[in-house]
Amino acid sequence: MGNPVTKGRPRPTSPGTHPSGDDRFRYLDAAMKRQRYRPDALIEVLHTAQELFGYLEPDLLRYVARGLRLPPSRVYGVATFYHLFTFHPKGEHTCTVCTGTACYVKGADTLLGVVEQLTGTPPGTTTADGRISLETARCLGACGLAPIVVFDGKVVGQITPEEIVDRVKGWLDHGS
Amino acid sequence: MDLEDLIALAEAEQRDRAEIEVRVCTAAGCLSSGSRPVVSALERALADRGLTPRVRLREVGCMRLCCEGPLVAMDVLETVSSPEPSLYGKVTAGQASVLVDVIDNKQATTEGLQPIDSNGPFFSRQRSVVLEHCGLVEPERIESSIALGAYRSLHRALHDLNPAEVVELVTRSGLRGRGGAGYPTGLKWATVAKMPPGQKYVVCNADEGDPGAFMDRSILESDPHRVLEGMAIAAHAIGADQGYIYVRGEYPIAISRLDTAIRQSKRLGLLGSAIFDSTFNFRVDLRIGAGAFVCGEETALIHSIEGLRGTPRPRPPYPAESGLWGHPTLINNVETYANIPVILREGADWFTQIGTEHSKGTKVFALAGKIRRAGIVEVPMGVPLRDIVDQIGGGPPEGSTVKAVQTGGPSGGCIPAELLDTPVDYESLKALGSIMGSGGMVVMDQDDDMVGVARYFMKFCMDESCGKCVPCRAGTVQMYRLLDRIECGDATNDDLVLLEELCDLVQHASLCGLGQSAPNPVLSTLRFFRHEYESRFVEPTGPRSSSVSSEAR
Repeated sequence: MGNPVTKGRPRPTSPGTHPSGDDRFRYLDAAMKRQRYRPDALIEVLHTAQELFGYLEPDLLRYVARGLRLPPSRVYGVATFYHLFTFHPKGEHTCTVCTGTACYVKGADTLLGVVEQLTGTPPGTTTADGRISLETARCLGACGLAPIVVFDGKVVGQITPEEIVDRVKGWLDHGS
Repeated sequence: MDLEDLIALAEAEQRDRAEIEVRVCTAAGCLSSGSRPVVSALERALADRGLTPRVRLREVGCMRLCCEGPLVAMDVLETVSSPEPSLYGKVTAGQASVLVDVIDNKQATTEGLQPIDSNGPFFSRQRSVVLEHCGLVEPERIESSIALGAYRSLHRALHDLNPAEVVELVTRSGLRGRGGAGYPTGLKWATVAKMPPGQKYVVCNADEGDPGAFMDRSILESDPHRVLEGMAIAAHAIGADQGYIYVRGEYPIAISRLDTAIRQSKRLGLLGSAIFDSTFNFRVDLRIGAGAFVCGEETALIHSIEGLRGTPRPRPPYPAESGLWGHPTLINNVETYANIPVILREGADWFTQIGTEHSKGTKVFALAGKIRRAGIVEVPMGVPLRDIVDQIGGGPPEGSTVKAVQTGGPSGGCIPAELLDTPVDYESLKALGSIMGSGGMVVMDQDDDMVGVARYFMKFCMDESCGKCVPCRAGTVQMYRLLDRIECGDATNDDLVLLEELCDLVQHASLCGLGQSAPNPVLSTLRFFRHEYESRFVEPTGPRSSSVSSEAR
């Protein structure tokens, strides 16, 4: 926090200060300003950054570090600690299988295996063509409907292996 | 805002009730079953028939029977003759017109509709204290909460009681922390209150990380003002002016509803400065987690609020003495705060009548797994587990028999079917090697392999270990490998002995609750289902040099 090197450096104040001229940095600036550039708002700012850019690349992390006057090591350390932050671009479509206890008991492993076989990508990765990301979630808190799978942000409960295959196949076939 | 204004608001809202009110559940469970299109379809159908002033549509929170969602309930004012008040499950948008026919009393056939008996055992066996307004109030409209009495207890705390009296009342109620450990709430409040005056904080732990638990989510999504009111009362009692709610990042609906609730109560002067024209100020901010189970541990949670890596630190000093930025901090769970308004309203004596000698009040459980009726359940403490599983949950689905009930998530254990008569209270569950935990209850049947379950939880703890202390960081990895080998039928009795030794070590040497409780699922399955472990052993073929890989993570 009290890093002498970063202390005297001017922080980006005016919109569009990022050399790329990317508009999204303006929103990120506004988010940091709303938090009054407080270092304890780091996680909030990282959430905003990921919402805007999809994932956190090193340049973006450095930008956040400068904005909040934090050493880049601290920003990187915090960002990599938490599971929800990602450092690689997501695929066009995302299939998230919940692996909470209730879903586990109701066969989440089978669902995961089926999708893995179909897409050829292990959980936590994206297919080589960047089409589909396969993710797992800890628990989505809709255990009454287990097993749960999220297709591009849409939560579907009480799903069967056949249904999940149909949906993912739909993505694979579409546009090929 | 003063009490008259609050009462006027409540009365205006009550007068505004329509003859027939249709409530649609818009909590996360029902939303994922498709309640949003149902709301739109009902809105359109009601407008088309010109029923809009007489019939009102309300988007409410959790109506508990999540597996039958989307749920739609119909309430009828007593002065109106028919139709009957009723509850329907698995409603689709296509059924909106049929539902409107029923509302319109057009002798329509209820064909296709799936009525649910709202007096059936799932509902009648429950006792609503914390959830009394869940499914009744509209979480996005503060007026609807006020109509049911929200913020009255806060007014009482500010004007009729001094801080010490509030702490005394909570102490007398016997309320214990609902986050899992069961620490007496009054004692915690008294500790923070006794700290010298100065900056203090109130924190609500809404980082419901246990897989299989979703009670806090339901409370936050269905009745957010209740939690805010509980926090404000706590702040008054201990002398804090700033609160934080730390919510899981995985709960976007809860986050947005809390955000709305905070803005609305600020606008009405129920949070912020000079609350109820008193000298009491209380500001609440949201902090969003980013997917780390360990952040449910209070010292890790404090670090995360400060914008750091969520790693725990040794206690003492406890957060009550030195918490957020070194100031005294009161941390309670969502459900604990949600109990406070009702304790102030009904009194400590009323509260102590519910529950058992050492566990007062009710507990909300999230019932899921191999069960007919899954959802949110609130029962008085001390009810036998069997009542929850067989009566409320309706027992296992056809063709399966209950083998065990898992409580407490990765920190808890599996209670075998023959011990289902155990009452649910802190002590009884602990005696069985499980814990109450935050309230997740997953029913398992004959197809579930207990070694696999233990391995599943150990994998969870291994992935979620923050890596700060060695017993947890390395111990969970080794225990996972041993369990994996046992499950694959590649282990001998020596491995089991080693596993038990490791359990003991990790339990006693870890820094925080995550490591200390990580062996619980293994120990409890070993205690009740040891044969499942032993049946997989290979015949030993001579002395082994080393049964655990020395490779660390």
